[in-house]
Amino acid sequence: MINAGDTSWILISSALVMLMTAPGLAFFYGGLVRRKNVLSTMMQSFFALCLISVQWVLFGYSLSFGPDIGHFIGSLGWFGMKGVGGAPNADYAGTIPHILFAFFQMMFAIITPGLITGAFAERMKFAAYAAFILIWTTIVYDPICHWVWGVGGWLRNLGALDFAGGTVVHISSGISALICCVYLGKRKGYGKAPMPPHNLPLTILGAALLWFGWFGFNGGSALAANELACSAMISTNTGAAMAALTWMFLEWKFIGKPTVLGGATGAVAGLVAITPASGFVSIPSSLLIGLAAGLVCYFAVSVIKLKLGYDDSLDAFGVHGIGGIVGALLTGFFAEKLINPAGNNGLFFGNPSLVGVQALGVAVTIAYSAIMTFIILKVVDMVIGVRVNQEEEVSGLDITQHEESAYTLLD
Amino acid sequence: MKLITAIIQPEALEDVLEALDEEKIHLKTVSNVLGCGRQKGHTEVYRGRKEVGNLLKKVRLDIAVNDNFADATIKAITKAARTGNIGDGKIFVVDLEACVRIRTGETGPTAIG
Repeated sequence: MINAGDTSWILISSALVMLMTAPGLAFFYGGLVRRKNVLSTMMQSFFALCLISVQWVLFGYSLSFGPDIGHFIGSLGWFGMKGVGGAPNADYAGTIPHILFAFFQMMFAIITPGLITGAFAERMKFAAYAAFILIWTTIVYDPICHWVWGVGGWLRNLGALDFAGGTVVHISSGISALICCVYLGKRKGYGKAPMPPHNLPLTILGAALLWFGWFGFNGGSALAANELACSAMISTNTGAAMAALTWMFLEWKFIGKPTVLGGATGAVAGLVAITPASGFVSIPSSLLIGLAAGLVCYFAVSVIKLKLGYDDSLDAFGVHGIGGIVGALLTGFFAEKLINPAGNNGLFFGNPSLVGVQALGVAVTIAYSAIMTFIILKVVDMVIGVRVNQEEEVSGLDITQHEESAYTLLD
Repeated sequence: MKLITAIIQPEALEDVLEALDEEKIHLKTVSNVLGCGRQKGHTEVYRGRKEVGNLLKKVRLDIAVNDNFADATIKAITKAARTGNIGDGKIFVVDLEACVRIRTGETGPTAIG
C-alpha cells in the first residue's frame, strides 16, 4: 500500500543523497588538493555520479537486491530494472514504489566509490579510475550490499545491524582507500614539500553539503516519514556536532588552535560513525558515538598516519574506514529495541551477542574489500596503468588528464 | 652584487630550490608569471573548442647575491632546471647598484646575505 508521505520523503532523501556526491564530496575533496588538481578531483566525484547511475539501472541494483543466489549476491533477474516498478516490494519498503527504493539505493552506490578517491588524489590516471570504480562497484559494493541489506544476504540473516551503510558504504570504501594509497604509493614530494589545501572555503562548503545531504542518507534510511526517520535525523546531527567539537578541542589542546578544517573533518567523521547506528540508538548514545568518532579518527589521522607514513592524501581511510569501524562496533553496544523494534538490543541493553555479530560483519567487510581491491588494482595496472607518469603528476592532473585548468593567472 | 632573475618551468621549481639550498643560497623571491618563448603554447579544451594559449605558466625567481655567489647560483639553477627541451627557461644577470635591508638600514654586500 503506497503512502504518499513516505514516498515524498524518500523522493527528497534520494535527491539529498545525490547532493552528497556532487557537489558535496566534489567540493570537500576539491578544496583539499593543490590548485593544479582541483578539476580532476571534482571530476572523479562527478564521473562516479554518471557512471554508477548507468551501472545501477543496468545490473547493479539486480546484483545488490535481486533474487538471492547462495546468500552471496543477487541474480541478474532484475537486469535493466525488469520487474522493478511502481508496486512496493514488501521485503524492502512496503509503502513506497519499488522503483523509488532502487533509486534511493542508487545514490548510495554512487557515493561509495566517490569516497575512495580521497586516498589516491592527485596521482591516478583518469582512464584507470573509470575502469576501477566500475569494476569495484560491481564486485565489491554490490555483493557487500547484498550480504547486509539484500533479502537472503548472509549478514542480514545473522542479524548484523547497519542502518544506513556503516559497513556497506564506509568500511568498504575506507579499507579500499587504504589499499589504493599504499598500492599507488606516495605523491611525488610527499613529506618533503608542503602540500596545503588550495581552497578551504570550498572544503567547508563541501563538508556542510555532506552534512545536509546526510539527513537524507540516514533519515531516508527509515524508508518512511515516521518517528524513526526523525530520531535518525536528530542522532545524525548530534553525532556530527559532537565529533566536530571533539576534534576542534583536541586541536586546541594539542596544537594550540582549533581549525576550520578540523571542525569539518570531525563533523564528517561523526556523520560516518553515526551512520550504522542512527536508526537504532537514543540521542544520548549518539553523543557518545560522536565523541568516540572524534577521538579515534583524530588519533588515526594526526598520529597513526604520520607514524606509518602512507599517503592517504585526503584521509578517506582515516575518516571513512576508521569512522565506519567505530560506528559499526558501537552499534553493537548502544542499539536498543526501544528506539527501533525491528533492530536489536546491544551490549548495554542486555544483549552482548550483538557485538560479536557486528564485529564479524566488520571483519568480513575489511577482508573482502581489501583483497578484492588489491586484485582490481593489479588488473587495471596491468591493462591501463594506475598511476600517471612523473611529468604529468608535476604538471597536474587537470591539464594532463582533462586539458582544462581551474584558475587563470591573468584575466 | 648581482641580481639574478631566472624564468623556469613550474615543474622544475622544487628541484631548483633544493639545488639552491645545497649551495647555501636561501634568500629569494618566487612568483608565478606568464611568459612566451620559443616553446609552442599548450591547448585547453572548453566545450569541445580547443584554445591554444600563447602565454605559458612559468615561475620566476629573483635572487640578489654577492659577486662570489653568482656563479654557484647560476650553475645550480641551470643544472636543476635543464631537461634539454625547448621551454626550460632563461637566466638574466644584472649588476646590482644598491641594496638596503629595511629593518636595520644596512646597505651594500652586508645587506644581501
